Amino acid sequence: MTYDFQFDAVFASWDYLLDGAWLTVRLSFGAMAIGMVVAILCALGKTSGPKPVRWAINAYIEVIRNTPFLVQIFLIFFGLPTVGLRLSPDMAALIAMVVNVGAYATEIIRAGIESIHKGQIEAGLALGLRPLQVFRYIVLKPALRTVYPALTSQFILLMLSSSVVSAISADELTSVANNIQSQTFRSFEIYIVVTGVYLVLALMFSALFAGIYRLAFAYSVDRR
Amino acid sequence: MIRAFGYNEFLFLLSAVQWTLLLSVIAFIGGGIVGLFVALGRTSDVKPLRLLATGYIQLFQGTPLLMQLFLVFFGATVVGIDMSPWVAAAVGLTLNTSAFLGEIWRGCIQSVPRGQWEAASSLGLRYPGLMRYVILPQAVKVAVPPTVGYLVQVIKGTSLAAIIGFVELTRAGQIVNNATFQPFLVFGIVAAIYFALCWPLSLLSQRLEARYAAPSR
Repeated sequence: MTYDFQFDAVFASWDYLLDGAWLTVRLSFGAMAIGMVVAILCALGKTSGPKPVRWAINAYIEVIRNTPFLVQIFLIFFGLPTVGLRLSPDMAALIAMVVNVGAYATEIIRAGIESIHKGQIEAGLALGLRPLQVFRYIVLKPALRTVYPALTSQFILLMLSSSVVSAISADELTSVANNIQSQTFRSFEIYIVVTGVYLVLALMFSALFAGIYRLAFAYSVDRR
Repeated sequence: MIRAFGYNEFLFLLSAVQWTLLLSVIAFIGGGIVGLFVALGRTSDVKPLRLLATGYIQLFQGTPLLMQLFLVFFGATVVGIDMSPWVAAAVGLTLNTSAFLGEIWRGCIQSVPRGQWEAASSLGLRYPGLMRYVILPQAVKVAVPPTVGYLVQVIKGTSLAAIIGFVELTRAGQIVNNATFQPFLVFGIVAAIYFALCWPLSLLSQRLEARYAAPSR
């Protein structure tokens, strides 16, 4: 049996696909930016907060890391309205992505913070910096530099897993693909094209992250 | 007709766990077998093999798991096979797992000191014997903690089979929620079941890592 590939149905709606890809990019960057803030605060709390705070952050991390992203989305999108918080699919998707990436990034950044030598912190305090200044100027930047590769591959995973938010019909790339699919029935063609788009996005993200690394962290470190 | 969430609904969720587990086991075993070859190819001295394995890993790590499941599901019809969501999910998850395990195990194989390879080959061992008796036994020790940790990702990944219509735990949750309209309760229980499956594995992985990280002298 031979199959007749028809890609024109897919390329006829290229502008629609582009809109979807753009939302995927915006969701990813939004979740990365907010997720980083969440993660830095949680990592700070986990390394130097009081015990109840540390306990709560640990619980958050373990719950998120040991349950599927899809179930987290369902809880946020279908669960929150029952307590009176009605969210648009896009908003629910963003929140789910922030909550998810925040937990993973916290663990990564915590590892970076713990890799900073104690003497550095003591030196900073001895110079009269306040603890938050020590964190901001002495701990955070080298910590982020150390864990940068792990952090950015987590961000690329986040972008790829954003395809799952199509399950609540946020209008991102996969959702757009589903819509085109249900109108044209060219399932295989549309999904192979969209898979290619994701691959290109992943490559573009890693090129961008490499560029940011060169701008922000390209100082030499003399560890003697 | 809205039903209340009762004992029967809870049992329905619990019975769906077996499909989540079965799918996880199939993906893990199948992915492990294919993944071993991917890891061997990735560390091979033969350049085409290395490139092929690298491309395979890049392809699966650079695209969403959901797309991979869709492509297997709809791709089967292209070649004229009528594939059930169940088989499609098993095949898709196996391929995905094999790429990730292949990459994890590549690191483990490469962590075996170069001198071990040289010593083994100077003793006259060829590739199969060298791998079988010298390199892999040492690599396995390093590989156990991250592999157990990856099992958590496999279990969570099976939830995506719900989107192509296979009734495992997450899909069962959707079905119960559609009948009862108690999303917090239903998906809370679903999440709790996943947590009960995954958390022990996460803890085990951390414990193994701590044990193997201790100096073995």
